[in-house]
Amino acid sequence: MKLHEYQAKRVFAEAGIPTPDAELAETVDAAVDAAEAIGYPVAIKAQVQVGGRGKAGGIKLVDDADEAREAADEILGMDLKGYHVDRVLVEEAVDFTNELYVGVTMDRGEGKPVAMVSTRGGVNIEEVAAEDPDAIAREHVDPAFGMHPYQARKAVYDAGVDRTVANDVASVLTTLYDLWAAKDGADAEINPLMITADDEVVAADAVMNIDGDALFRQPDLAEMQEEAAEDDLEAKANDYGFDYVRLDGNVGIIGNGAGLVMTTLDLVDHYGGQPANFLDIGGGAKAERVTNALDMVFSDENVDAVVFNIFGGITRGDEVAQGINEALEAFDEIPKRVVVRLAGTNAEEGMEILNTDLVTVEKTLEDAVQRAVEYAEEDSQ
Amino acid sequence: MSVLVDENTRVVVQGITGGEGKFHTEQMLEYGTNVVAGAVPGKGGQAVAGVPVYDTVDRAAREEDANAAVVFVPPAFAADACFEALDAPVDLVVAITEGIPTQDMSKVYRKLQETDTHLVGPNCPGVITPGVAKLGILPGNIFSSGNVGLVSRSGTLTYQVVDNLTERGLGQTTAIGIGGDPIIGTDFIDALELFEADPDTHAVVMCGEIGGEDEEEAARYIGANMDTPVVGFIAGRTAPPGKRMGHAGAIVSGSGTGTAQSKIDALENAGTPVGDTPEEVADHVEDIL
Repeated sequence: MKLHEYQAKRVFAEAGIPTPDAELAETVDAAVDAAEAIGYPVAIKAQVQVGGRGKAGGIKLVDDADEAREAADEILGMDLKGYHVDRVLVEEAVDFTNELYVGVTMDRGEGKPVAMVSTRGGVNIEEVAAEDPDAIAREHVDPAFGMHPYQARKAVYDAGVDRTVANDVASVLTTLYDLWAAKDGADAEINPLMITADDEVVAADAVMNIDGDALFRQPDLAEMQEEAAEDDLEAKANDYGFDYVRLDGNVGIIGNGAGLVMTTLDLVDHYGGQPANFLDIGGGAKAERVTNALDMVFSDENVDAVVFNIFGGITRGDEVAQGINEALEAFDEIPKRVVVRLAGTNAEEGMEILNTDLVTVEKTLEDAVQRAVEYAEEDSQ
Repeated sequence: MSVLVDENTRVVVQGITGGEGKFHTEQMLEYGTNVVAGAVPGKGGQAVAGVPVYDTVDRAAREEDANAAVVFVPPAFAADACFEALDAPVDLVVAITEGIPTQDMSKVYRKLQETDTHLVGPNCPGVITPGVAKLGILPGNIFSSGNVGLVSRSGTLTYQVVDNLTERGLGQTTAIGIGGDPIIGTDFIDALELFEADPDTHAVVMCGEIGGEDEEEAARYIGANMDTPVVGFIAGRTAPPGKRMGHAGAIVSGSGTGTAQSKIDALENAGTPVGDTPEEVADHVEDIL
């Protein structure tokens, strides 16, 4: 789960990390009022969860009320990389002499947290990491102890941060780590961490992603979760509780288990088709989930044919078959042709139950995918 | 021979009184697994499917000589259950639970480094030595006994590949589902090491997927250390960057790491053929044996 910039800044500020004066605004008037109260120059920043907001025109620096009005009017309501902007953060513009990067994430290869510092802040840190890995100082943390203060200092000095601000930057990093650990962070980042002419440090941006599996013990953060204005189908999948990713093709794919669904996508591609989606109905799926899954795929106007591939472990083939029959019998006319392949637990019972007037049954994964690719080609709109 | 699980494996099921725990205990018993105890706090003295339940893993291990644990405990308490099994101690912990917070697993992983215990999972289907025992939720009937070792990050994909192997008469020594989470106990290299040391394993199938660099590291290990031939499969060739494909670990990062192609290239460079389809994986294994 991703926090918005304004939410992450509130969390950081509460923990004692210096952040600029700022106010959230939903209307142009409110944005101008906020700018007047804070004092110019201010930055007007779109609150959407995409990278590269500045380049896309979602961040503007303004010097007076007219400019503030113009910028807020332009940004509010704009479409930024597929996200509708309905709020802006109006923020004191910080006069900086230097921009740093500090971050904490989980190094999955090492199985432990890693704290990072770089003097190359203010730019895309992934690019810095790719071009010049040595420009980022990394310090792995033993999760049993947490980050020792010396580790924060070590990372800061290794990165080459100026010694006049080194202690303050180390203190920000320590606080960031503690926050990350306490709030079940996946990533916590400040980029840039600005250094002002008076040697003050200020978090000019804030990124905080929370481990979705840990939200049960982070009620305050769970409350901040907002409906992301994603693709309508992806929102629908959220409601149904499916793992779903929409793609560009026309062969709808339903299956159980992430690896097998990915494999089904790859096979569609292998046999010359184009996958329309990734949809994992999960383990132990019963009739209702099957109905919902078909509804999902049929709702995608790009889909011309569907392949339904279940390999039952805890999922039972007879229950899936029952669900497919019930879902399809409810239609006067089936929207798209459906190819079904069942294997594993109770697959044979399932194949007997399936209504072959409504679906095409195939015995192997390869045959099922090829058949669906054929149907998609024939029925292509 | 086999790896991790054999006829001497004596299992304690943590969370045996829950729906999943109970159902799969019955399934494991039916398959022939030696399930000797259950452990659930506050439920000591009860029995599930004839298996005695104890309040703690420590007591279950002492009273019933359990040397392996299977964890069916809900995510919020699963890391604690892993620590309890590691401290008992048992030789093998199989954590089935899906959705354990990553920071919890980081602490379990750290503890694991101090022990001799093998942890498989979490978020995995388990381990099976066909014809002998299974620990977890794998459907026993698709497996058959033979000389192919199998290690996979994904549950149902394991079943698919095993089905293709079994249909050709290519049985398995042991199949290990290592799980799709960002932090897991036994990784590809650990499993490959075990198979390399097992004289009855004549070929290994390794099923990977997008995300992370474990497959690339495994490929380097294969190239440098393995005499037993390996056949690879990588799921997620068509996955777009930045989208999580179900498993928490299965994501191609924005900077382009973790792609299927980089994994396939790494394996092929190590002399490991990679099947385009599960059927082709069976073809390669057949050629080798």
